[in-house]
Amino acid sequence: MEIKILFTILISTIFINNYVLSRILGLCPYLGVSKKLDSAIGMGLAVIFVMTIASFFTFIIYKFVLIPFHIEYLRTIAFIIVIASLVQLVEMVIEKISPALYQALGIFLPLITTNCAVLGVAVLNIDSGFITQEFGLLNSVVQGFGAGVGFTLALLLMAGIRERLEIAMVPENLKGLPITFITAGLMAMAFLGFSGMKIF
Amino acid sequence: MDYFKEFFKGVWEKNPTFVLGIGMCPTLAVSTSVSNAIWMGIGTTFVLFGSNILVSAIRNIVPSHVRIPIFITIIATFVIIVELTLKAYQPAVYKALGIYIPLIVVNCIILGRAEEFAAKNNIPASILDALGMGLGFTLNLTVLSFIREILGSNKLFGYTLIPGFKPALLMILAPGAFFTLGLLLWGMNVIKARTARFKRTE
Repeated sequence: MEIKILFTILISTIFINNYVLSRILGLCPYLGVSKKLDSAIGMGLAVIFVMTIASFFTFIIYKFVLIPFHIEYLRTIAFIIVIASLVQLVEMVIEKISPALYQALGIFLPLITTNCAVLGVAVLNIDSGFITQEFGLLNSVVQGFGAGVGFTLALLLMAGIRERLEIAMVPENLKGLPITFITAGLMAMAFLGFSGMKIF
Repeated sequence: MDYFKEFFKGVWEKNPTFVLGIGMCPTLAVSTSVSNAIWMGIGTTFVLFGSNILVSAIRNIVPSHVRIPIFITIIATFVIIVELTLKAYQPAVYKALGIYIPLIVVNCIILGRAEEFAAKNNIPASILDALGMGLGFTLNLTVLSFIREILGSNKLFGYTLIPGFKPALLMILAPGAFFTLGLLLWGMNVIKARTARFKRTE
């Protein structure tokens, strides 16, 4: 049974409720880093990594610190501090362990603190009611991972399209952000096709 | 210092969403109806107002290498105030805005103004800057939600406009947000190009 639930969470965060194209979260990196395919891959991997770890730690802190002390209303402040310090920690650890990976992800890690999708997934894990469930921790980690994968998928698709848009004949005033938004709109429309999909 | 200019630069010349291109997520996500947009604008303006005053007040005693965590903590405090106030007095709005209220923390406009303006200027100028930027942001949200609510749900402030008309539901979903903003930015670029050409021929 548990596998079925995890699979449902994964599919729904990647396709049905894609964080960028359906919930409209994390637009700054989505627009900022989608100019080139290889930097998009780096950013995507860094986001998957941070989102998974952040889901794990924010869940634990909410369950074992905020609830026992009845300070749930401090959620926002606690989560943003946890995420910021986590990103910093991950950056230092990666730099020590794997310089090659640091080369690839390094410049993207500091940017992730202000990526609203990371705080968004932490808050949504709590709002989805995972906290009272038996396998809540596992569920929220899977949701974080799925959210990262969904973000990466949208980012990679966008980067691929934008690389081709560079050589396309776009009207002068539409160049840059406007055409990117219209492209994103078309992609969001395509992703709308997943909504209402029954998995089991 | 020209206080009038500090206030109005946020509305047009340095408009956060349309010119600086920051604070996109709440702009797009919350602009499904005009009332949502206005509440979000008020909330963000309040956070901006509070954080700009505090940041400006402590700008000379904060060591520069720990300033970002301190700014974020100040901003988060005001966001919690907004969250709890809305939850207590406007539960319907709180429900409609959902996770986008806690996400005001990561709205780049607020940290951006704290870092770029309030950390360098005195308190009165920072207050005007916050109010101007907040007004600019609220106006953007209102324009966007005005278009989307009319086209997407055939309503304005919750009142039906044309009875029996079936609205394009797409406009209040995510694609409509992207299309509307893309087309508005296109319009802005056209206006800017026209005025630039006009100035050159003069």
